[in-house]
Amino acid sequence: MGGESVHGLVEHLFRHQAGRLVASLVRSFGSSHLQLAEEVVQEAMMAALKRWPYAGVPDQPAAWLHQVARNRALDRLRRDGRFRGREDAIRARLDLHTPPAESALSGEISDDQLRLIFLCCHPDLSADGRAALTLKLVGGFSVDEIARAFFAQRSTVAQRLVRAQKRIRDRGLELELPPPDQLPTRLDAVLEAIYLIFNEGYAAHRGDELVRRDLCAEALRLVEHLVTVESMASPAVRALAALLNFQGSRLNARVDAAGVLAPLELQDRSTWDGAMIRRGFAHLESAAAGDELSAYHLQAGIASHHALAPTDEATDWARILELYDLLRAVAPSPVVDLNRAVAAGRVHGPYAALAALDAIDDPKLADYYLLHAARADALRRLGEKEASASALRRALAAAPTGPERRVLEKRLEELASEGASPQPS
Amino acid sequence: MANYMLLLRDEPSAFEGLGPEDFQGIIARYTAWSDALAAKGQLVDGNKLVDGVGRVLRSGDGAVRVIDGPFAEAKEIIGGYFTITAGSYDEAVEIARGCPHLDYGSVEIREVDEEH
Repeated sequence: MGGESVHGLVEHLFRHQAGRLVASLVRSFGSSHLQLAEEVVQEAMMAALKRWPYAGVPDQPAAWLHQVARNRALDRLRRDGRFRGREDAIRARLDLHTPPAESALSGEISDDQLRLIFLCCHPDLSADGRAALTLKLVGGFSVDEIARAFFAQRSTVAQRLVRAQKRIRDRGLELELPPPDQLPTRLDAVLEAIYLIFNEGYAAHRGDELVRRDLCAEALRLVEHLVTVESMASPAVRALAALLNFQGSRLNARVDAAGVLAPLELQDRSTWDGAMIRRGFAHLESAAAGDELSAYHLQAGIASHHALAPTDEATDWARILELYDLLRAVAPSPVVDLNRAVAAGRVHGPYAALAALDAIDDPKLADYYLLHAARADALRRLGEKEASASALRRALAAAPTGPERRVLEKRLEELASEGASPQPS
Repeated sequence: MANYMLLLRDEPSAFEGLGPEDFQGIIARYTAWSDALAAKGQLVDGNKLVDGVGRVLRSGDGAVRVIDGPFAEAKEIIGGYFTITAGSYDEAVEIARGCPHLDYGSVEIREVDEEH
């Protein structure tokens, strides 16, 4: 996390404070007042927006926001009949749960936020609702930002959030840490949401680049925090932290100097973030304690072999193929099959890749551009230029956005210069 | 050099639907603008006016009537003001042109009459 300060404003100060504030207010008043918490936090930020341009940024901006939000909450509750005559009790509760301002300056996650993560990722909520709600309430992302990152309509995201919040109310879900016997299952749901948030930022080459980077950073912030909480730092949590650091280390290398998407084999490995790779290995090592082998362990293992390889050719594909075989047993999915087929091709040659790709018989992947791109690659290695070009065209027709299309177009041009006909015959 | 008053009128709906990062980004823009002015010694002062209804006084029929106003329903309300120094209206206009407030309302410039 950058701590760069512009005019007294630490990067993402508002986002991080919004998350802390909502959490501490919900802790004080219960999750039935989730909406109130969100509204007064919004009001506090609006007050800052109206005042700070004239008065300047206060010396302790986080404390200022907390104070204003707290006062607005008190005002609201004072007017609310249910709390009449209990003002002292309300104030006491607020004091109890107002985090000290100085620690609030950093992007650090509070205990209340940790509880809020578990509320947002409650198994009673839908999977995409959990990710969106975590981003909104814990991460301080706006509906617009979530919509841009998920490449969804604003109204769709808004609806998803409303539905999730309604369910929290209807089921009376509270802001609390799960009891020890439920912790593993509940933690799984949290990890799933963090993984989804990271992947939305990382894998999908679409939408707003800035917001997507922030999504990756947010997922990393959440998982790195879980690792620091003793009761939470299970091997799976550490493995996910390792995986996200390995993947995150390659964020800057995904696009080359010309703005073209660079697949792993073409990336400039000198631009990989060495500090993140080292963190990834440290997490991976601590994830090996115990006998739990989660899908995150296997994925982190695969990512670690890429991180270790000085060049694409030097990659230990045989070991990667073994890990994919294990992953297929632990968490079977057609996308794993696809990646495994690519690894099989690197170990046993293009025939093996093609056979493995053709064996993937899943309608969900029929229009997945990476499947066709992988087929095109295997066919090209076999010298089947026409068939390769035709697979590339099919991939092109299914590629969701510009950067992905440009990679495929470039490959098609290369193929044409090698003698394949540029247009379908 | 003369003093100029920049009256910043807010467009009421300008800040609807914003999130935390938007708020911070907008504040940073204002602060960059006023910091640059202050660095050149051209910022005299700036104040936000309290939100909500003020008082409007009018005389007529030999009496002064005090009424509440202007109301928030009015199209644009003065949200605050800056006083700056500039060599001419043209320079004051150039300075105001860089003010991010133009994205969220309008700016009226008036020279302060300081001749004795």
